[in-house]
Amino acid sequence: MAFLEVKDLYKKFGDTEVLKGVSFEMEKGEVVSVIGSSGNGKTTLLRCLNFLETADNGTITVDGEVIFPLPTSGEKRENISDKKLTFGMVFQNFNLFPQYSALKNVTLAMDVQEENAWKEQGIKFFERRKMRKEMRCKNEEKAMELLTRVGLENKKDNYPCELSGGQQQRVAIARALALSPDILCFDEPTSALDPELTGEVLKVIKTLRDEGRTMIIVTHEMEFARNVSDKIIFMADGVIEEMGTPAQIFDEPQSDKTKAFFAKAE
Amino acid sequence: MMFITVTQSLLEGFAVTCLLFVLTLLLAVPLGLLIAFCTMSKIKAVKGVFKVIVWVIRGVPLMLQLFIVYYLPGMLSKTGTNPFGQLDNYLYFNWGIDNGGALIATLIAFVINYAAYFSEIFRGGIESIPKGQYEAGQVLGMTKGQIFRKIVFMQVVKRIIPPMSNEIITLVKDTALARVIGVIEIIKVADMFASKAIIWPLFYAGAFYLLFVGLLTVLFNYIEKKLSYYKV
Repeated sequence: MAFLEVKDLYKKFGDTEVLKGVSFEMEKGEVVSVIGSSGNGKTTLLRCLNFLETADNGTITVDGEVIFPLPTSGEKRENISDKKLTFGMVFQNFNLFPQYSALKNVTLAMDVQEENAWKEQGIKFFERRKMRKEMRCKNEEKAMELLTRVGLENKKDNYPCELSGGQQQRVAIARALALSPDILCFDEPTSALDPELTGEVLKVIKTLRDEGRTMIIVTHEMEFARNVSDKIIFMADGVIEEMGTPAQIFDEPQSDKTKAFFAKAE
Repeated sequence: MMFITVTQSLLEGFAVTCLLFVLTLLLAVPLGLLIAFCTMSKIKAVKGVFKVIVWVIRGVPLMLQLFIVYYLPGMLSKTGTNPFGQLDNYLYFNWGIDNGGALIATLIAFVINYAAYFSEIFRGGIESIPKGQYEAGQVLGMTKGQIFRKIVFMQVVKRIIPPMSNEIITLVKDTALARVIGVIEIIKVADMFASKAIIWPLFYAGAFYLLFVGLLTVLFNYIEKKLSYYKV
């Protein structure tokens, strides 16, 4: 059984069918790139995985456990918020929190999750206050490690408005890593960047691949997708038109739509 | 000698003005936030009702609202009486003859009125925060409340400082309306001198307002500067 299994995912916005039965699977440690022209459901697919959109139909299974559709009642319901964190998400527009420094952007989610856990354990407000300082210190250490990994350890006190687009996206990657998600999703991570800034972000993603991270990357960077991926998914018209290794897709595309897409891309 | 007497009287009136200002501000901000959430409610009935309330409150002169709060309870409190009947008949409930009752009536009218204006500023501020900020919080496993408190709130604060400072400065001067139902605030005091043919205290009262608004302006500039380290 594969680590992530997506089966027959359907999603409609009004009368527009965006996903018309998407199925794929991937193993732990694999990197899958999703390519295709705009408006073909790539981003919607990622958003459904992250629960930013609710799919109309289909199932998502991670590590043998169904995380979508959610059980409507019973004890399982309690684990939903945990399960959401199976996925991390890096957005096209970074979506950093402008009022927080780079470091705080990374620690915020860790702090909040820890507080939530304390609350669930029934630890009292004043106790939590005492524990907070130590927790923040520990989280800051971890956040520094993450910022170092994306090469921004010297920008920890800078605010998003003081960082370049590439630096902002690298902070966003560190932020997405903070909760140690099983699968990291990238939604066109370099599309909002000036061409000379895409390199630094792609480099970071490559390092993550080398560390064995499981990643799904929606991208328009064909060269990059080819180099970094184990598997390529070509989406057209709301379905997976073709799926295979980079060599299969790029060098010997079978479907006419795939061929047409590459012809246009060149 | 005259100057000192006038100054003392005006200061007493100004104390009432300040009290009205501070209490209105303290109460109207939370109420405004509540109304803002109601006008953004997903429940259509709640949203509709509060939109109408905001429309009415913003659509009717504040002075009229003062009269309504002051007189209406009395009109309604005597059962079986035509509210358009004799004036002295239906003032069954009244706010008392001293300054305090009128002050409370004024406060109620002001808080409701300013809450309605504030609510629209808050709504605009909250709705101007990009969806991506909510989504970023969501994928980090935060609840709706946490997203609002930890992510959205400070961004809203920064955005609403300029319109809020406008509205708050207007409030300082609107307190002068309270005199129509007998609150003895600074303009009323000055007017009492004027009725004795001493006009200059009216102009002198203006200086009090100017000074107060000047201080507020400095305060708002300071807050804006304090928040300039981030852009939203």
